[in-house]
Amino acid sequence: MAAKNLPPTYDKIAKHAVFPEMTHDEKARYNFIANLNKHLAHVSQGNALAFENEVKPAFKNEHGRDFNSKDELGDAMAKNLHYQSWSALRRCTMEMRQQAGRSLTYRQAAELKEKVDALNAGKDTLILNDDVSPPPYLQAVDNHLMPGSYHTELFEGDVCNAANYDGGLFVTTAGLLGRYSDGGGQAIAQWVKNENSHFQPKRILDIGCGMGHNTLPIAKLFPDAEVIGIDTGKPMLRYGHARAVALGYDNVKFMQVEASEMPFEDESFDWIQTTMFLHETGGKSIYNIMREIYRCLKPGGLTMHIEQPQYTDDMSMYEQWIRDWDAYNNSEPYWSKMHDIDPKDLMADCGFNPAEFMQIGVKAINDLDDGTQKSDEPEDHGRSPIWNVFGAWKK
Amino acid sequence: MENPIDYIGIAGNKPKGKRPYFFDDPAVERVLNITMAVGMELAVARERIDTLERLLEEKGILSREEITNYVPTSKDIESQRQQWHSEYISRILRIVQQSMEEVKNPDKTLQEIADDINQM
Ligand SMILES: C[S@@+](CC[C@H](N)C(=O)[O-])C[C@H]1O[C@@H](n2cnc3c(N)ncnc32)[C@H](O)[C@@H]1O
Repeated sequence: MAAKNLPPTYDKIAKHAVFPEMTHDEKARYNFIANLNKHLAHVSQGNALAFENEVKPAFKNEHGRDFNSKDELGDAMAKNLHYQSWSALRRCTMEMRQQAGRSLTYRQAAELKEKVDALNAGKDTLILNDDVSPPPYLQAVDNHLMPGSYHTELFEGDVCNAANYDGGLFVTTAGLLGRYSDGGGQAIAQWVKNENSHFQPKRILDIGCGMGHNTLPIAKLFPDAEVIGIDTGKPMLRYGHARAVALGYDNVKFMQVEASEMPFEDESFDWIQTTMFLHETGGKSIYNIMREIYRCLKPGGLTMHIEQPQYTDDMSMYEQWIRDWDAYNNSEPYWSKMHDIDPKDLMADCGFNPAEFMQIGVKAINDLDDGTQKSDEPEDHGRSPIWNVFGAWKK
Repeated sequence: MENPIDYIGIAGNKPKGKRPYFFDDPAVERVLNITMAVGMELAVARERIDTLERLLEEKGILSREEITNYVPTSKDIESQRQQWHSEYISRILRIVQQSMEEVKNPDKTLQEIADDINQM
């Protein structure tokens, strides 16, 4: 059998002046992990088979009925050997990816800080604020098993977690988001430009911009706009700003700002974007943040949110349950809870007109797609590069 | 600036939250995680050898075909290579060898031996 859908080799990743240096073996380690991830995406199909062929019939046999709840289903699946093996390996690959990325970035922690500091020096487009601390939900968990999350500095000026994120995203996504892992940002920027030609945003906000890889495609397609990325993680902002400077951007500002308490004036942005952000917030904050978005948006302005696909009523109990795997086992706890909220209600509760609500699907733009990465790939529980985007015009 | 970080220790830090274990016996999962890490390092070494071979070929020092078609040219080389395999396998399967020795020669526990020695 010929191997299909091989991930691109790690050397295809786009580098820039603050990108961590990697040895031959460090890159080889990432090649191994990317391939292991692909493999596990394929054998994840065995979970559905194990459910249909083994777990469900056995339960019915014993209890004379189907599962009543996701919990009951989960307890039964937890005893299945295929599911156990797949889960153990998936947890393992995520931990290996963190260790691989942390060892190579922390090995050069001082150099990374120096490179970043040199590019940031004297620039007024990086605005840090010590009074802003990370929200409590970020302090309660290390999302996707990244020790120290987005905000931890092991020493003053440490940017390792951001550099680790930058180097590793290509591995976790098996390169499907392109050389800069910015396929999501590119897709939304093109959608806004192509589908809404009347709309000429002058001031754009990207909330939870992280290291800004999805912010830059927006700044590129709207070069005359003032683009502001906000985040609470200092390492992300410092590294993201240096990365943007290194890549030649001068219309992006990086600010340390808490999204549920933004220092911006009412009605001061034309477009407010979040990308893979809301599912890493919390049950109360998501409302506070959406209210802030409404407040800061100009009348006629647009807000769009790239998110994991919602659960729909026609999705089976098994499908909903397996989609929660990452919530509990890859430390994305709000991912599951957020699915209980209807995004339309969320937006309506925060002031948006329900008639203006829209939901679209965007496919990540992959500049590495040479035709061998075709869509015969089995869907891997919300990790495919087709994203759900919801949002509204403020009218 | 000198690197302020013990990067080897830091690299393996645990993320927040109690770690889920999936196998009935967590020890199995522990062994799996160690095995996977070793498996990864083997893949890394394999990629390095591949790089070496390709560079050697590019520079005209040898061809990959020569590697493929290589056969030991003396009895000595043959036995060196086979001995390497034999030693390698014994190394990985040490625990099986020891359990066989134990079956052949049932041992006293160290407690019992300690009690014995106490009388010696
Ligand atoms: C999953 S990352 C997404 C990064 C980026 N938008 C992307 O496309 O990948 C979430 C980011 O949001 C930031 N964040 C979370 N809550 C925040 C808040 N209340 N205010 C500002 N930033 C926040 C985190 O620090 C983190 O960098």
